Amino acid sequence: MNPRKKFIVSHAPFWHNGSNIPERSYHTLLAALPAVVVGLHYWGMAAVAVVSLSISSAILWELAINKVTKKTVTIGDGNAALIGLLFAMLLPATTPWWAVLTGTFVAVVLGKQIFGGIGGNSFSPVVLSVAMLSISWPHLFDFDGMLVNYDLDFVMVYPLAAVKHFGAGTAADFSFGDLLTGRQVGGIGATFGLGLIAGGIYLIVRGFIRWEISISFLAGIFVAALIFNLIDPTRWAGPMFHLLTGYTLVGAFFLATDDSSSPVNFVPMLIYGAAGGVLTVLIRSIGAFEDGVIYAVLVINLVQPLLDKIRPKALGKVV
Amino acid sequence: MLKKSFVGIIKPRLEYQPLTGSISEPILIPPPSTARLLVEGPVEERDTSLFSEGDPITAGQPLRHSGQTDAYAVATVSGTVGTISAYTGDFGKVFTAVTLLRSEEKTEQPDPVVSTPPSLDTALAHLKHLPGTLPLEKFTDQTKPIHTIVIYGGDNDILVTTNQYIVKARTTVLEHGVVSLKQITGVDRIVLAVPGEAVQTFGHLEAEVKKVDMAYPSAFPQMILHTVLGQTLPAGKSCEDLGFCFVTAEAVASLGEAYKTGHYPVRKLITVINKAEKQQLVSAVIGTPLSDIFQQLGITVQDGDRIIVGGPMTGSAVYLEDYPVMPDTSAVVVQDKDAIALVSDYPCINCGECVRTCPVYVPINMLVRLLEAGLYEEAADQYDLYSCIGCGLCSFICPSKIPIYQFIRLAKYELERMKSAEETNESS
Ligand code: SF4
Ligand code: SF4
Repeated sequence: MNPRKKFIVSHAPFWHNGSNIPERSYHTLLAALPAVVVGLHYWGMAAVAVVSLSISSAILWELAINKVTKKTVTIGDGNAALIGLLFAMLLPATTPWWAVLTGTFVAVVLGKQIFGGIGGNSFSPVVLSVAMLSISWPHLFDFDGMLVNYDLDFVMVYPLAAVKHFGAGTAADFSFGDLLTGRQVGGIGATFGLGLIAGGIYLIVRGFIRWEISISFLAGIFVAALIFNLIDPTRWAGPMFHLLTGYTLVGAFFLATDDSSSPVNFVPMLIYGAAGGVLTVLIRSIGAFEDGVIYAVLVINLVQPLLDKIRPKALGKVV
Repeated sequence: MLKKSFVGIIKPRLEYQPLTGSISEPILIPPPSTARLLVEGPVEERDTSLFSEGDPITAGQPLRHSGQTDAYAVATVSGTVGTISAYTGDFGKVFTAVTLLRSEEKTEQPDPVVSTPPSLDTALAHLKHLPGTLPLEKFTDQTKPIHTIVIYGGDNDILVTTNQYIVKARTTVLEHGVVSLKQITGVDRIVLAVPGEAVQTFGHLEAEVKKVDMAYPSAFPQMILHTVLGQTLPAGKSCEDLGFCFVTAEAVASLGEAYKTGHYPVRKLITVINKAEKQQLVSAVIGTPLSDIFQQLGITVQDGDRIIVGGPMTGSAVYLEDYPVMPDTSAVVVQDKDAIALVSDYPCINCGECVRTCPVYVPINMLVRLLEAGLYEEAADQYDLYSCIGCGLCSFICPSKIPIYQFIRLAKYELERMKSAEETNESS
C-alpha cells in the first residue's frame, strides 16, 4: 500500500458561498465614502483630522481590547474601522480630539467589546456613543455653535434647529437641491443626501443591509412627518424636509441597519424600521431634541429582541 | 462552487441539476480484486462461526454479524474471505470491516432467494443492502404501519444525478421493482416523485407520479411530504410515524432486477464529482475502493484534498482513499485542497442570512448562541432544534463561517445520548 495520504475530514456542508465579515465591513465603508468625501470637501482639513483620528482610534481601541483580553486580533475584519468612520460622520467638523477619542472608546469598548465583541452588542455602538456624548457634552452636538466659524456659500444654520426654534416656515430656506448635495450644516458625513442614498442602495442591492429596515425607517419618517405637517403646517415641516436633514439618511442606511442590534425576520424588520422613523419625527416635533434619530434608534435597538419573537412558525413545530 | 452573486438581495437558489439531453452510459469500473464490506457492529462481538478468514464466498451471499442483531452485508464478489477488522465511522459508529478476495472464475448460478416468490421475511434477511438500500425493516413495525411508499426519482443533494438516471434509463426494472415491492410489503399506494424537469409519461408504472421542485432542498423527504403530499412532519417525528416510507428509485430498480434476472445485483451507480465540479456517472461493484474509481477516471488525490461520500451539502468526508463503495453511496465528491471552505471561530453577527434561507424557518441566529454554549435542551425547547431537516444551507451561507449544521448535528446526537442514558438509569 502506498504511504497513507492525509485528507481533510470535516462535516457537511462542504460548500460555502464565499461571503465573509471583512467583505461586509469594507463594502459598507465603501458605501459611506461618497458622503464622507463630500463632507470633507465642505468642511476641510478639520474634518479630515476628525475622520482620520476617529478611524484610527477605533482600530486602536479594538486592538487594545484584543490584547488585554488575549483574544484573536479582530481589527482585520474592518468592523472597528467602520465604527470609527460612522462615528466621525455624525460629528461636526470641529469636534475636539479628546471627544473623538472618548467617543470611539465608548463605541468600541463599551458599545461592542463589553457585550462580547461583534455580534453581541444590543445597541448600535456608534449610536450608543453619540447618545452618551451628547448627554455629557451637549454643546458638542450643537451644530450651529460648533460650526460658527464656517462661512460657506449656503445657509449656515442647522436645518433641524431652524425649524425647531423658528417654525416650519424656515424650512423653505433650505432647497432640496442643497440638502441633497451636501450644502447644509450637519455631521461630516451626514449632509450629502445623494451620496447616502446611493450608498444605501448599493448596500441593499449587494445584500449587505436589509432593505426592509431602511425602507420602513424612511417610510416611518415620511408618514409621521406628513401627519404632523397636515395638522399644522406652520409648526411642523413637511416630510421631504425631514427625510433630507439631520441624521435621517445615515440612520436609515448605516445606523438602524447594524446587524447585531436589529431584527432578522420580515415583519419585525418592518415594525422596527417604521417605529424608528415615527419616533424620530415625534422627538423632532414634540420632544426636547432637535434630531431624534439617535434616541429613536436606541429605543428600537432595545425592543429588537422582543420584536424578533414574531417569527414564522418552524415547520413541524408542535406547540 | 456556487458563490454569492453580486446582487446579494436576491437570495441564492441552489438548484438540483436536471439530467437532460441524451444520457450517456455510466462508465463501468471493473470488479475490484479486493472488495471491502462494512457490517454494522463491533468486530469483537461477532459470531466467528458464521464466517472467517479463508472461507469461500459467492456473490449474493449475506455475511451476518451475529445471532444477536440482524446486521449483515452482502458479498458482491465471489472468492474468499480476507481480513476481518474494526472500522469506526461518523459519530463513533462501529463496524466490522471484511475484505473479500475475488477469484477469477465466475459463478453463474441463480441466486436462491430471488428465484423464489417475493416475501418480506426472505427479503429482510437478504435484500436490505441492495444497491440503493431498501429500508425493509421499516415495514416490520406493527405500531407504525406504512400506508404509502414514496419512491424518489432524484437525489437529495445537488449535482447528484444517480437516481435521475435510473428513472430515465432503467424503466423496465424499475417497473418490475414496483410490482415486487408491492408484493413484499403489501403496501398499495406507491408515489413516484420525480424532479421537476424530468416529468415524463410514466403511464405504464403502477404508481402516482408527482413533481418535485428543482430548488434545493425540495427533495428532502420532509419537504416532499410537505409540499407534494400536503403532510407536515411534526418536529422529531419520522416519516414512518406518519405512515410514509421513502425509498430511492435505484433501490426499487435493484429489487426489480433481482427478481427479474434471478441474480443479486452487485453494481452501484455513483455520480462522481471531480475537482473541477464535473460530474460523471460510474457503475461500480459495491465494496470497490474509491481509489479504483479515481484511477479509472484519472482523478488524482493528494494530501490536503477532501474526499466526500455523498453530495456537497450532505455528504460525509472520509479519511481513506480506499474507502469502499457502499450500498447507499450515491455520490463521491473530490475537492481540491484550495477549494476547501474553512470554518472559523467567529461569533454570529446576527446578519440573519441563515434565518431567511432556512427552508423550515428555524431561528438559527438564536439557536446558534445556545448551541455554542452547549445549552442543547433549551435549544430544542425554544428554538426548534428538531425542526431542522439537515440541509446545511445555513452553514453554506453564514458570513461568519460558523459550522452551524455541525453544531445542530452534535446537539441532536448529545440529546439522544442523554435521553438513552436517562432511560437506562430509569430501568436499572
Ligand atoms: S440545516 Fe440549517 S438551513 Fe437547513 S433546515 Fe437545518 S437549520 Fe435550517
Ligand atoms: S448567517 Fe451566521 S452570522 Fe448570520 S445570523 Fe446566521 S449564524 Fe449568525
